[in-house]
Amino acid sequence: MTRLQKKRLTSIISTIFRTAVLIGVSYVIIQPMLTRLSTSFMNVEELYDQSVKWIARNPTLYNYRQCWVHMNYPQALFNTFTLTLVVSVLQVAACTYIGYGLARFKWAGSGLLLGLAIFSLVVPPQMIRIPLYLHFRFFDLFGILKGNPINLVGTYWPFILTAITGSGFRNGLYIYIMRQFFRGMSKELEEAAYVDGGGLLTTFFRVMLPSAVPGLVVVFLFSFVWQWNDYFYTTMFMSGKNFLPQALEQVASRAANVIHATDRVAVMSGLVQDNFSTVINNAGMIMVITPLLIIYLLMQRYFVESIERTGLVG
Amino acid sequence: MAKRIRVSLSYRQRQIIGGLVFTFPFIIGFTLFFLYPFIQSIIFSLNELELGASGYSLVWQGLGNYRYALLEHASFNERFVDSITDTLSSLPMVIGFSLFAATILNQKFKGRGIARMILFLPVILGSGVVLKMQTGDWAYIMAQDSANANYFAGNALNDILGMIRLPESVIEYLIDVITSSQEIIQASGVQILIFLAGLQSIPGSVYEAADVEGATTWEKFWLITFPSLSPLILTNVVYTVIDSFTTTRNPLLLLIEDVSFTGAGFGVAMAMSMLYFLFVAVLLIIVYAIISRFVFYNV
Repeated sequence: MTRLQKKRLTSIISTIFRTAVLIGVSYVIIQPMLTRLSTSFMNVEELYDQSVKWIARNPTLYNYRQCWVHMNYPQALFNTFTLTLVVSVLQVAACTYIGYGLARFKWAGSGLLLGLAIFSLVVPPQMIRIPLYLHFRFFDLFGILKGNPINLVGTYWPFILTAITGSGFRNGLYIYIMRQFFRGMSKELEEAAYVDGGGLLTTFFRVMLPSAVPGLVVVFLFSFVWQWNDYFYTTMFMSGKNFLPQALEQVASRAANVIHATDRVAVMSGLVQDNFSTVINNAGMIMVITPLLIIYLLMQRYFVESIERTGLVG
Repeated sequence: MAKRIRVSLSYRQRQIIGGLVFTFPFIIGFTLFFLYPFIQSIIFSLNELELGASGYSLVWQGLGNYRYALLEHASFNERFVDSITDTLSSLPMVIGFSLFAATILNQKFKGRGIARMILFLPVILGSGVVLKMQTGDWAYIMAQDSANANYFAGNALNDILGMIRLPESVIEYLIDVITSSQEIIQASGVQILIFLAGLQSIPGSVYEAADVEGATTWEKFWLITFPSLSPLILTNVVYTVIDSFTTTRNPLLLLIEDVSFTGAGFGVAMAMSMLYFLFVAVLLIIVYAIISRFVFYNV
């Protein structure tokens, strides 16, 4: 075998291997999703009909219509989108800023602060839920407001305040990611900027920030997705308001209640009720995830481009 | 003027000022929105919380809540150990798989965009309300059933491995890898993304230089890719541990949730989460210390 032939053979084998692995892994990821999608078009009877496996015999949009009405979908979508966008933009900005400070300045506090950022991640949010709620319910900056605490629950403020100070949900992780990114960057560019007379902030915004775009996009994606799916903080600070995760949690029981109230014959047995919530929930889940998937598709394109551009620059 | 000030500052002072300028938001946020509630929850864990019409009152318990959690509660210890073994046994698999997947996704081939898109999907599907709704859901259970088909493959593998007489523990681990492949893949989305972004930031010129020197793919991986990714390996290890400790599906957190609203009360629940948290913190410090000795920074 010549060297050229050998090289071609290796490349063919590695292509086959790669394709096989990717198809296998993709199947594992997509299969539950497809099940969900196919279930969302079924009616309750078909769900436990053994002969109906993937495609509903009489595909119906009934479940989607139920979700549209009982989630108050347009309103929930708007609320979730606005909150998510505000929170994720602020979180990315704050965490990049803080991450840079932790990566590039060596002083007694830098190691300690990084430790604290990780420490804040390790504490499950369930643990500080009640004190945090009370904190915002009777917001009073260590007595500055002198016994006239403001109620911030039900407003955007708890989200905004925690986001701009890098202390929202999993922000320790974002700080850490950005810190690792900045640490991996070469120092020469930055030193050149200082020599040319750039101040701290100019150097950060004009020299370091543009090279950190891959990190920014990753952090933005995480922040957006986790805020979108979050029910923990939105339930805590925004209870009673209509956001997608809360709407999804309640949609099946709301729909069932309406049916109970209007149609006496349809009073459901336990099993039917379970199946009913399954088909409704699956449709609802698709409706919650779809906007996220669309945004993800758009971001993905930008993501691939942006990381490759910076990759070339090095 | 500005120039004169900068000259008069020592290197050290400049570091401190720069550090403070960039980290003060975090110092404020951490104190107000983390440390303060955290200290309060420590206080709660030492008390019995009684909710009344006009707010709450505390009844001092000392270490009573801790004693109850460790010595008297029926399933706390068991769940505690379970949740820690789960995390530690899946950690190497998640890191290995995500590194492997990121390396594949970084190659140039047809359909790479689609492959990336699919492999990152768990980032979206494996969080918050989506994850929560999966529990007790018919479609999800069905998907689990088909994953259990792997179980039979596992049995066959058991026989084969038994024939080559590997140690029992190695066999068990390998079977565990196969039967939990679905969970591993679903828990790896974030890590793949982090690794991939890291791979992209390695300049192509380094590889070209290596090619000129006649390095093999294997050498390039171990001498260029792996060291360049090592800070991110640390990131991913820390992330994976934290993720599995704080996910809504974690059995111990579910137990704590249960205890705080229906069971022994909020004080006990706080004591349980405090014990759990302390253990995780110590574990992370050890892991961090070990791995950061091998990390290579491009300074």
